[in-house]
Amino acid sequence: MATATLPTPTTTAAAQRTGTRTIKVEIKRQATPDAAARTEKFEIPYRPGMNITSVLGEIAAEPITADGRETTAIAYDANCLEEICGSCAMLINGKARMACSALVDKLREGDEPITLAPLSKFPVVRDLAVDRSVLFQNLKAVKAWVPIDGSYELGPAPRQFPQIQEQRYPLSNCISCTICMEVCPQFNDSTNFVGAATIAQVKLFNMDPSGAVLKEERLRALAGDGGVQECGMAQNCVAACPKQLPLIEAISDVSRDVVFQQVKDLFAR
Amino acid sequence: MATTPRIIVVGGGLAGLSSVIKIAEAGGKVDLFSIVPVKRSHSVCAQGGINAAKNLKGEGDDVLKHFDDTVYGGDFLANQTPIKNMTAMGPAIIDLLDRMGVPFNRTPEGLLDFRRFGGTLYHRTAFAGATTGQQLLYALDEQVRRHESEGKVTKYEGWEFLSAVLDDNGVCRGISAMDLRSMEVRTFPADAIILCTGGIGAIFGKSTNSVVCTGSAQAALYQQGAYYANGEFIQVHPTAIPGEDKLRLMSESARGEGGRVWVPRDKNDKRVAKSIPEGERWYFLEEWYPKYGNLVPRDVATRAIHKIVYEHGMGIDGQPMVYLDLTHIDRATLNRKLEGILEIYEKFVGDDPRDVPMKIFPGMHYTMGGLWVDFNQMTNIPGVFAAGEADYSIHGANRLGANSLLSCIYGGFVAGPNAMNYAKALPAQAGDGGHSAEFSRQTQLNQQLLSSTGSENPFKLWRELGDTMTRHATIIRYNAGLAEADAKIVELQSRYKNLNLSDKSQWANTSFAFARQLANMLELSRVVVQGAACRDESRGAHYKPDFPERNDAQFLKTTKVSYVDHAPRIEWEDVDISHIQPRPRNYAATA
Repeated sequence: MATATLPTPTTTAAAQRTGTRTIKVEIKRQATPDAAARTEKFEIPYRPGMNITSVLGEIAAEPITADGRETTAIAYDANCLEEICGSCAMLINGKARMACSALVDKLREGDEPITLAPLSKFPVVRDLAVDRSVLFQNLKAVKAWVPIDGSYELGPAPRQFPQIQEQRYPLSNCISCTICMEVCPQFNDSTNFVGAATIAQVKLFNMDPSGAVLKEERLRALAGDGGVQECGMAQNCVAACPKQLPLIEAISDVSRDVVFQQVKDLFAR
Repeated sequence: MATTPRIIVVGGGLAGLSSVIKIAEAGGKVDLFSIVPVKRSHSVCAQGGINAAKNLKGEGDDVLKHFDDTVYGGDFLANQTPIKNMTAMGPAIIDLLDRMGVPFNRTPEGLLDFRRFGGTLYHRTAFAGATTGQQLLYALDEQVRRHESEGKVTKYEGWEFLSAVLDDNGVCRGISAMDLRSMEVRTFPADAIILCTGGIGAIFGKSTNSVVCTGSAQAALYQQGAYYANGEFIQVHPTAIPGEDKLRLMSESARGEGGRVWVPRDKNDKRVAKSIPEGERWYFLEEWYPKYGNLVPRDVATRAIHKIVYEHGMGIDGQPMVYLDLTHIDRATLNRKLEGILEIYEKFVGDDPRDVPMKIFPGMHYTMGGLWVDFNQMTNIPGVFAAGEADYSIHGANRLGANSLLSCIYGGFVAGPNAMNYAKALPAQAGDGGHSAEFSRQTQLNQQLLSSTGSENPFKLWRELGDTMTRHATIIRYNAGLAEADAKIVELQSRYKNLNLSDKSQWANTSFAFARQLANMLELSRVVVQGAACRDESRGAHYKPDFPERNDAQFLKTTKVSYVDHAPRIEWEDVDISHIQPRPRNYAATA
């Protein structure tokens, strides 16, 4: 039935008092990296068009739990609020996604509370904020850059057919949100897998006419433990990526190149 | 003299990263401070493209035409020499970005493609889909990561700039900053610092800006003696998507690729947009501005939309919204050139703009004013440089679309080498250069805030500030309203003293960090409001119905504001018009 998916007004003591509809939110909180986690429940006034970051903003302006207890504003990372900076990834109703583009009207089912929790595979800083610097370390390890001679004037870059640009551009849309790593069963302490995002950047820079000068170094960095062969082809990454990067295609292309490089290196010894 | 100059760059957007690259290349040591990981800076939000007169479309474009368009678009308020230098550097900057691997859109021959943007008649805007800012920022971020891996750059991500460290002679000797996790305050030594901290959208509550764009760093320097210039010039972008938490930009490139703005000719027309026949639509921009059409500069388009909604009462369904229509363009072209922004509309509104005209309304977008700098990008505080949206140069009374990315990179490229030159000639500091004094001033401020036991919530005060600023200091300004806004800000400042921090912990305390920013935002808001109040004319984005004409005799001047006795003091400075004689700005003319 069509109406079943519409948000249903909830009535609680607080809402009856003010005569407004409310939404229920349960948030997993943790004061410091070492502190124990706990859950706090909130009930906040509903407005059409709310997203999860505006829900968190509402709590900051009125930091009171559903049972009337004073608490603190929720710590979380956010910046652009339009799903391009990659900051606000978290678990929303158990699913890894960006909080800014998670619209309350599409999340609620009846009177069920919305649950928020930090990404589970990264160290918690506080509440919903986690430390994802590992991705930037990985990008350093694979030399995800074009080693230009200098920023002084050296004339135009080589010409590039639109077909190449059209393959590179989608890979360059990666916002470093780390959702592909969060959802990957292989991304854990025992494999040290670098994750799909880093592999996609290797493909991006290896395709660049000048970036390709470091191709062999990048492929060697992805050979061996934690490298591209750790991928178990669960394909969770491509389903969860908020920017729809062609991650599986990138992983299989880079895998092939890594194997080729390994064979080449073997015979060159 | 410092043997290896040590430069601090604050802010990791396009301007900051550009200056870092120049300093690292020249052999300097850079400490790069940023609230967010630099790859998440606000520059990622820029969409449409970057201007440079490469003349690859056989139109006879050249850098002097770009120069003239920029000066004229800014209503002659900007100093002309830096604009001339920037537009001259434009083509080389595009080539450099291309060499860094930015995936710019291409022509079949493999050359860079260019699109049209507002305030020009030429195809002058290079673009990477509709996420050009993101692509440019990533390219610079990658270069800086390379310099970082070679030990030339140290990043302090998650640190917030609090103030400059000034010695007894008022010369900059470093900065104080706060670690946003441990809340530790420290001072850091430097021979020169470069502030690249972007716009000030947050003082308007909702804007197209990112959360970190509070202007707090600029405001802190202003309170330490730096001039803040042309603060009253605030760009309201004509096409934003109204939202619950922010106004999301709908790029000018939508119109650059042929998008048309219209409302139904009959204000009571309740039909679905697509079923309204062509003859019953009012393409008011095309009618009023036949030469530029939908691509008039932003201040002009914004006032036109405002007029349609509030004077003609013709907003869609009586709401403050007009249509921005792309549905006549084929899907393949839209996907190739505009996909990024169409997805934003789809995700946040729920309609597919390839099928349904978008509903848009103007929203606060860009800060033309900023820290006063000389032509070397140095502020009036020796050793403090500024670049990008945080400084006031280049854009005058109104910025042209796709000039911001260029001005960020240009500003960084000028500030970096000049900071190095300055640092090499800097005499050694006497004593500790003011570090311990600044450290205790900042720790005292923190103590005061933490021990405050009032009842005011900082986020609520901020909402009131945003409402006031948006009402009185955006598209239409009246002196009575500006006076009301200034009084309201003073009231908020007194209530700020009665703050209640719900969170007094010393770990990743976001309310505490925000409260510190808010104090600075309030000071800066007064600069904007009082600058607007004093300028009794209309010029570019600054429009007063009571003074509808530009008045060059009295106001062809830069507004310079200093902080005296805890309040703004305004003075005026002549504008450099050494290249192009000011002429009337009229985009409605047909010749």
